Amino acid sequence: MSALLRVEDLHVAFDTRDGTVQAVDGVSFAVAPGRTLGIVGESGSGKTVAATSAMGLVRGPRVRTSGRVLLDGEDVLEASAERLRGLRGATIAMVFQDPLSALHPLIRVGDQISEALRAHAGARGLSRAAARARAIELLDQVAIQDPRRRVDAYPHELSGGMRQRALIAMAIANEPRVLIADEPTTALDVTVQRQILALLRRLRDELGMAMVLITHDLGVVAETADEVAVMYAGRIVEQAPAAELFATPQHPYTWGLLRAMPRLDAPAGSALVPIPGKPPSLIGPPSGCRFHPRCAYVRERHRQVDPELQPVNGAPEHRVACLLPEAERRALWAGLAAESVR
Amino acid sequence: MSAPLAEVEQLVKRFPLTRGVVLRRRVGEVAAVDDVTLAVHEGESLGIVGETGSGKSTLARILLNLLDPTGGVVRWRGEDVTRVRGARLHALRRARQLVFQDPAGSLNPRKTVGAAVADPFAIHGLLPERAERARRVAELLEQVGLGAAAANRYPHELSGGMRQRVGIARAIALGPELLVADEPVSALDVSIQAQILTLLRDLRRDLGLTLVLIAHDLAVVRHMCDRVAVMREGRLVEVAPVEELYAAPRADYTRELLAAVPRIPGPAPSGPAPEPPQSSSSSST
Repeated sequence: MSALLRVEDLHVAFDTRDGTVQAVDGVSFAVAPGRTLGIVGESGSGKTVAATSAMGLVRGPRVRTSGRVLLDGEDVLEASAERLRGLRGATIAMVFQDPLSALHPLIRVGDQISEALRAHAGARGLSRAAARARAIELLDQVAIQDPRRRVDAYPHELSGGMRQRALIAMAIANEPRVLIADEPTTALDVTVQRQILALLRRLRDELGMAMVLITHDLGVVAETADEVAVMYAGRIVEQAPAAELFATPQHPYTWGLLRAMPRLDAPAGSALVPIPGKPPSLIGPPSGCRFHPRCAYVRERHRQVDPELQPVNGAPEHRVACLLPEAERRALWAGLAAESVR
Repeated sequence: MSAPLAEVEQLVKRFPLTRGVVLRRRVGEVAAVDDVTLAVHEGESLGIVGETGSGKSTLARILLNLLDPTGGVVRWRGEDVTRVRGARLHALRRARQLVFQDPAGSLNPRKTVGAAVADPFAIHGLLPERAERARRVAELLEQVGLGAAAANRYPHELSGGMRQRVGIARAIALGPELLVADEPVSALDVSIQAQILTLLRDLRRDLGLTLVLIAHDLAVVRHMCDRVAVMREGRLVEVAPVEELYAAPRADYTRELLAAVPRIPGPAPSGPAPEPPQSSSSSST
């Protein structure tokens, strides 16, 4: 199926007092209707900038952007401010990490949803009563109990999970074709996280949305995404169908993330293996492979040569930017995976 | 067995519920901790797991005399310390320290890292000799992996993981016997989480610390703790050795929490990092 959202060779740079921050440096991805792309990375990897540029949110006098962000064929980066207002909320919508700061504290939840509906009602408009009825319907759709009462609640009267549901209701109010969820469950308890992820999956299927899920948590991605892009220092370093990525990860950074994750199926008391060092500054990132200062398998050449994202042998949809020979990568991963069995 | 290092017995903490801003009136009470009996044994690592509002942080604060309970008893090495004040409390502070969740919020932005780590000595009137204090601060900064040079930096110059290391350096400065870490990594990125957890694990081994780790995530606790206590709505739901809790959880709620942890498919790679093929510049921060 053809992609609804297609990002092509996106570069985003911010001019700051300390220098130019190359937040996104040549990123491409595509998402088809009904599919979910998980973008995984640490703080400062560029994942949020890459995804929010699709909303046309990354603009300003100190922002330099190149490449294309095609939303159903239309380049968002070229769109006028007026056109963007039409697209946002209607064609593409976003769910933010912290629902408390994304909701207006002094406006009833139902009124905030109605506002989103009425903003895109077009020339025919939408009556207050009709908008309210639809808001109640939406609250019901995101499984908020007793929606007729909650529609009149203020954000502070709702729990964290319910606020996130209300925010999701607002995002899907106009049945967008693309939904971007930026760390939608990071602020939530695990049991609530599970419910919210299930809700997002259900809505994606019901509405046939293309979804981009931004997270630092590989577990969240494993449960929700069809495809995964791992970002590091403004680049995608590995991209693959989710099952493929978890079965045979190819990039040492991906291995590092997997080994650093606490998990329930590891032997109790087994050590977590941290990735040494910290993510690089995006003002003057490391030469060569950007991961080389933290990589256990670095060679002299890796300090100079910048690897390109290239398909893995026999798996054209699995691409990796690593200078290690593929046979060696496979052997290394097999060794790491075998240690867990021992 | 000798007396536990720390314990609480039939602990209750209620907070008043109030209405109104100007004319505040009490409209009820909420029991944050409701009849909890729990012991922490010397040398062990105990995980306290629960969701928002389960009372786990309140319990930890009462355990450290940072908060007075409504009812019940708090003991330290068998001594009733429920309502201690003054010099005895001051002395107990040295033995029991807290690592906060938010390292940015718990550091004074106008103080250098060195001054922040030297604070505990000033408060307790220790190491009055300036050079001696600076030497000890440098030692602590090395010990938490920051390096002595970090002493001259300010909190805003540090990453979240580095700030948490400062918090840990402060907490271990006075040589405590019990360290309580309240969600020490939940504000950090995955790769940094593992660094901080590994640091806590190493310090525990090297300093012979007893650790209480408060977490909302059962997966973290599994890697760190010998025993786990699960809390819900102020009550203790289940306490068990870590293997037992994960293999055969008895409480429905524990099962629910376990089921909610996202599963990662594929093998669980663990064990020590392999040696780099050639000598390399990969180094820990």
